[in-house]
Amino acid sequence: MAIDNAALMKLILIFVPLLFIIGFFCIIITHNMIRALIGLEILTKAVTLLLVFAGYITGNMPFAQPLVITLIIIEVVIIAVTAGVILNVFKHNKSLDVRNLRTLKG
Amino acid sequence: MYIDLVLLSLLTFFSIWAVMRGTLLRAAIALALVSIILSIIMFRLGSALAAVFELSVCAGFITVLFMSVISLTKPMNYVETMEMTKGRIKRFWYLPVIVLLFLAGLFFLNIPVHFKAQNIVSLANERAVLWNLRQFDLFGQVVVLLLGVFGIVILIKSRFEE
Amino acid sequence: MPVSFLLVLVPLLCVIFANMPLGKAVKKLLFYFVLLFSLAQVYLVVCYKDLLTNGTIYSLTPVFKVSLAIDSLSLLLLLTIPIITVCALFIGWFTIKDEVQKYDFTSMLLMSLTGMNGLVMVNDIFSMYVFLEIVAISSFILIAFYTDIGSLEGAFKYIILSAVATILMLTAIAVFFTAAGDTSFVSISNAIKGSGRNTFLIAAMSIFVGGLLIKGGIAPFHGWVADAYSSAPAAVSVLLAGIITKVAGIYTLIRIVTTVFGFTPQLEMILLFFGAFSIILGALIAMVQKDMKRMLAYSSISQMGYIVLSLGTGTALGIAGAVFHLFNHAIFKAGLFANSAAVEEAAGTRDMDKLGGLSSKMPVTGFTSLVSSLSTAGIPPLSGFWSKLVIIIALWSSGHFVYAIIAVLASLLTLAYFLSMQRRVFFGKLKEEYKDIKEARFGVIFPAIMLSLITIGVGIFFFYVLDTFMLPVKSILG
Repeated sequence: MAIDNAALMKLILIFVPLLFIIGFFCIIITHNMIRALIGLEILTKAVTLLLVFAGYITGNMPFAQPLVITLIIIEVVIIAVTAGVILNVFKHNKSLDVRNLRTLKG
Repeated sequence: MYIDLVLLSLLTFFSIWAVMRGTLLRAAIALALVSIILSIIMFRLGSALAAVFELSVCAGFITVLFMSVISLTKPMNYVETMEMTKGRIKRFWYLPVIVLLFLAGLFFLNIPVHFKAQNIVSLANERAVLWNLRQFDLFGQVVVLLLGVFGIVILIKSRFEE
Repeated sequence: MPVSFLLVLVPLLCVIFANMPLGKAVKKLLFYFVLLFSLAQVYLVVCYKDLLTNGTIYSLTPVFKVSLAIDSLSLLLLLTIPIITVCALFIGWFTIKDEVQKYDFTSMLLMSLTGMNGLVMVNDIFSMYVFLEIVAISSFILIAFYTDIGSLEGAFKYIILSAVATILMLTAIAVFFTAAGDTSFVSISNAIKGSGRNTFLIAAMSIFVGGLLIKGGIAPFHGWVADAYSSAPAAVSVLLAGIITKVAGIYTLIRIVTTVFGFTPQLEMILLFFGAFSIILGALIAMVQKDMKRMLAYSSISQMGYIVLSLGTGTALGIAGAVFHLFNHAIFKAGLFANSAAVEEAAGTRDMDKLGGLSSKMPVTGFTSLVSSLSTAGIPPLSGFWSKLVIIIALWSSGHFVYAIIAVLASLLTLAYFLSMQRRVFFGKLKEEYKDIKEARFGVIFPAIMLSLITIGVGIFFFYVLDTFMLPVKSILG
């Protein structure tokens, strides 16, 4: 399983920014709260990939893995809390459209 | 090398799918596929422990979470769905264009890769690092999990009291 | 195990203990626990600095192998955090009606305290991320605490922007990790020094600073600040405006810039620009607000600008000024939010057009609000005057004359909108519908009195405060 470092680096440098573009695009364009959360997930995946890759090319994977595990734990908790917020918003508004969130102005 | 290229392309493809897909349920499934492919890449790069976490927590738990949120929020009726889909396609068709433009730009610009990575081949294993070096992070994880419990209790309890 | 680890371990153990099914009597103790713990922390920081910075509990060392770093900057924050937490505790405990919610709030407050204490003691950039997330998640939950639609909206905006910020920071952390092979401050700092001018590292540094500016609510990234502050419950606004944004955004910025990145002319330029922009924009928007809390939120953005501006000079005096203003601003802005809580509780509204003449019925709130406002505007001899003076001297002596003039002029704007607030809410003729309101309860006015006393005290004994707490901060540059 020999993977060429330089070539892999080029690949990562193409695909991680691509995932970032997709995620940010999703967050900016969408009107649906759940889809904004999906955009955030895609961004987090990009970051996870980047961290694993950083561990791989530095040859320091035992150090990178705890970081990735911590990241995953935090990600889950954030998604859970946001899901709670979204469910409550739905209870009030009966809609997930962010355009209905206009109570705060000024 | 080709298999990595294929895997990364699939990763990108599924994330675009997750963003563009009409119904939220299918978007969540696409997101699960993204997680699964990411964990395969992580296995290939030699981070087995983190890959297992990614597979079980992200592809498993988060997908279930998304599914339950989607099913707890009211599904729209057919006409509304069609209306939404039309509006969505209008807004979202830029994404593939942007992606292609980005790839073309990379191809022509030919960004130089000269970045010196610090190459340390460490002999310690993950568990030792996690316990000896990253103990403060472990402590943080405990706090975060506790916070998650409190968050669920505070935010969801009020919902089901009525 | 370092003694300072107790500052995060004890609150966590207490939260776990109090939430075990042991009956209500144990939960009632939470209030006293937060109070005692905060007092103990203040006492430790003031009287036993050395114990905190160097002390070790040898018997526990085989179990807990954490390494923490405390310097004079962390000590100052460790002093500020419990003060504001106690204020939030009093306001929360006496305004939240429901018993269960009261205990939930106090537990969350303790978790938030744990996160903030940890955040100011870390010496590793990834641990910093972890504790930033702890602070952020606890503030999401606290903002959405009452689950009414406004607070949910504020919380959702904060969640999205904060998540974007942390993703930017994590990207940068991955790049630093690649360059340094490690994530501790020391090795990243060495890697940055040794790299020359590597494009990747410069890009990573700028996106990291960008993420921190979002977290701190500096001007172009301030979208979440007003919504989150104004929609949160009263006690949470005090906590959020008083300390959370300062620890999560500004402290981390000062720490990262001084100990890890080091000052470069480009970085200074960026900080100066965003600082000045933030000062002006925040002050201008604050002028036209009707809601008292939203006005305070924009004023907060403006004052944060002063801190970033002062940091942008890159000199030791500038950093001391930034830290001094950070402390003062935490105190008087928490005081002002406490006043708004009192007004809201007594009059039932925060709309400044509907209020008027409350000073005759609520003399304590009126007076403390006046003290905090004048201090924010920089009127001598209150504390805000001295910190702004230090900032302006730092700007002038490092040759940034335009920015110094902006700082002085914006101070006049601050005075204008605060006097307008005082006039609309507290002075003038008492309106008919408020003729039988009473002063808020003790729990709500006590924090305001305490914070005003600190404001006045720091103003009078400012040489002592500057010498003991602010000027040692200079040493972190060396």
